[in-house]
Amino acid sequence: MRRIMKTTSALALMVAALPVTTALGQEIRVWAGDTGTGGVLFEEMAKSFEEANPGVDVVVEEVSYQTIVESLPVQLEAGEGPDIAIITDLGGLSRFYLDITEYVDADYFEQEWGQTLQWLRGGQQTDAIFGMPTTLTVNGAYVNLTLFEQAGVPVPEEGATWEEWAAAAKQVAEATGTEFAMEMDRSGHRFASLAISYGAEMVDEEGRPVIDDGLRAAIEQFVAWHQDGTMPMDLWGAVGGATHRELFSDFLNANVVFYFGGSWTLRQMDTEVGDLFDWAVVPTPCGPSSCTAMPGGGAMTAFAHTQHPELAGALINHYAQPENLDHYISTEVEIPSASSQIENGVEYPEASERTREALATFTAQIPKMADAAYRFQGWRFQRAMMNSLTTRISQVLNNELDIDAALTRIEEDVNLAIEAAGGQS
Amino acid sequence: MSAGTQFAAAAGAAVALPARIVEPFMYGLQRLLGIKRMPWVFLVPNLTAVVLFALLPVFINIFYSVSGSDRLYPWDRPVVGGANYATLFDCDNFLDPSTCSRDLFWRALGNTLVFVPVQVTAMIVIALLTAICLNRDIRGRGFFRGIFFFPVMLSPVVVALTWQWILQRNGALNGLISSAGLTPVNWLVFPNTAFFWSVFVTVWAHMGFYTIILLAGLQSIPRDVYEAAKMDSATPWRAFTRITLPLLKPVLLVVFILAVIRSVQTFDELYVLTGGGPGSATMLMVQYIYEVGFAAQPRNFGLAAAASLLLGVALLIFTAIQMRISRGGKDD
Repeated sequence: MRRIMKTTSALALMVAALPVTTALGQEIRVWAGDTGTGGVLFEEMAKSFEEANPGVDVVVEEVSYQTIVESLPVQLEAGEGPDIAIITDLGGLSRFYLDITEYVDADYFEQEWGQTLQWLRGGQQTDAIFGMPTTLTVNGAYVNLTLFEQAGVPVPEEGATWEEWAAAAKQVAEATGTEFAMEMDRSGHRFASLAISYGAEMVDEEGRPVIDDGLRAAIEQFVAWHQDGTMPMDLWGAVGGATHRELFSDFLNANVVFYFGGSWTLRQMDTEVGDLFDWAVVPTPCGPSSCTAMPGGGAMTAFAHTQHPELAGALINHYAQPENLDHYISTEVEIPSASSQIENGVEYPEASERTREALATFTAQIPKMADAAYRFQGWRFQRAMMNSLTTRISQVLNNELDIDAALTRIEEDVNLAIEAAGGQS
Repeated sequence: MSAGTQFAAAAGAAVALPARIVEPFMYGLQRLLGIKRMPWVFLVPNLTAVVLFALLPVFINIFYSVSGSDRLYPWDRPVVGGANYATLFDCDNFLDPSTCSRDLFWRALGNTLVFVPVQVTAMIVIALLTAICLNRDIRGRGFFRGIFFFPVMLSPVVVALTWQWILQRNGALNGLISSAGLTPVNWLVFPNTAFFWSVFVTVWAHMGFYTIILLAGLQSIPRDVYEAAKMDSATPWRAFTRITLPLLKPVLLVVFILAVIRSVQTFDELYVLTGGGPGSATMLMVQYIYEVGFAAQPRNFGLAAAASLLLGVALLIFTAIQMRISRGGKDD
């Protein structure tokens, strides 16, 4: 009997002690996408943080990019999910972020990421710091130099317009028997580069959609390129709705002269094309208004539901330290977002010479980006407008709408999205 | 007593044990509720599942359709009455989607109204012809039955990606066409050809299922009826129209209802194959609901719920008509 009592008491004590033990060990869950090196680098860099903070366990979970885009918003809406995540819908998730201003070196953050911090505010009038922009991505054009050389057509210089590039690419395609002159990812984000360089504002200071002559001119030009065969219908014409589609394989297989995509495909280019043909990333073509590309990128943010706000903020501050940032950017072969890294440059010891040149070209586009591009990137309803752009432009290409009707629809679609979100733009 | 009998006795005792434990409790319950209410006690587990997984989601859907905002939890969503329905029905001319506030809803509805009859008719005709062929005494009959059923087991995404690979600009089909010296066609770029292939691919993917059901129906028709018809010099066509079709009618009705419901629900294959394009030529209702409720940012759950309820009501009316027709047939 005594033995039973002893065993029972021991078990009861163990059970009672369980929550205490759990409370002693503080766990911070970080979600990282599965692109590039995934969560490996973040896990590695967290070790020194764990050493400096005994009892803290940083768990880096590598999840698919799709999970971050589709599942994370629903989890956050339900007050669940990780403490920290690396996200790309910077403005769209802003209402879930934790204000980490008091846990980080705010002056350092402002100095390094002044303009990109604004994206995380999603249009809110605040100075709060909601996270650390990790990398910058830049939309840009890949050009098959071998085809230009075979055609004997000079490659347009920096400052060439979209029309000049289209004419040159068409000339090359005709001379070399290449299937298509130009292609652009079916993405509202990519189209925004063209639109803003044509003078489109996309969004005003109050966060309302702007449908202006710049947007109209860009759509007219884009439709004309599809009608005269400069661009194939396969991407923007053949697909409906907001579906994202790309045909970068056309560029990899030398079926297109000029491909407008982005910096994230550099690694693929390096691996799959190598020296099969000569290619380059060229400076962003210019429109009547500017020579801008759209910026993009990821950011590490903490969420308001975390049980350990101080730790989450401190961990982000740790990742933001220059030595960690440099290690991350150079290993991932990404474009830096911190201004000191942009100014001083980053070493990419593992990247090929061609990739380094391409990265330098992409990085050189950053100072040329228009204010409208930054404003659009940080707008909470950016995705609503991008989805509407792809849907409506496809309808124009298939004669379901004319350009006037498409512009009206785009404005209505975005206003409906703003209304659905409670009217807070 | 043999080992088998011993085993059976032990198994019987094991099965009876829980019944013995429950029995006094059930007697007590019967005394408490009365014999007439006892059937409800047995129905409770199933009813609970139906309420939780069927009725409750319907009621939640109804609430979402009359509430606004992009918030997930019902208690965070303000009631907006019929505003979502009003948005969907805001039209100057219902026959011209471009005059409607939500033109894509009406385009998707119009596409669905064309797609469903065409696809279901093609599905049933081809499945019936295939079943008739497979019902004959042909060599390798089992192999062919397997072959026709095989696509049913494939994931819709695999089906769509396979056909995309075949139909794209530089796909396998155009490769064959080019090698025959003909001009390749960009099948998925033109609305008419994209629509044709949408029907074709969905029929290809699902006809095996209906073929098997129809084959079972054909095999249940007694052979002697055909033999009698043959002795009366009936032609094969006459035997088909006067024997096969009438006796297959109940099975055909089941196939028809299943095919219509599946056709209205079509989403995954077309979403991957055409994304609803070119333009909105192959966008069906479910894709519209998905895009509004899940792909849009912010997600418009209210509008998506309203559209899905309208679709549900349409299916309900259709099923009621079907049931009435089938009941009418039985009365005859």
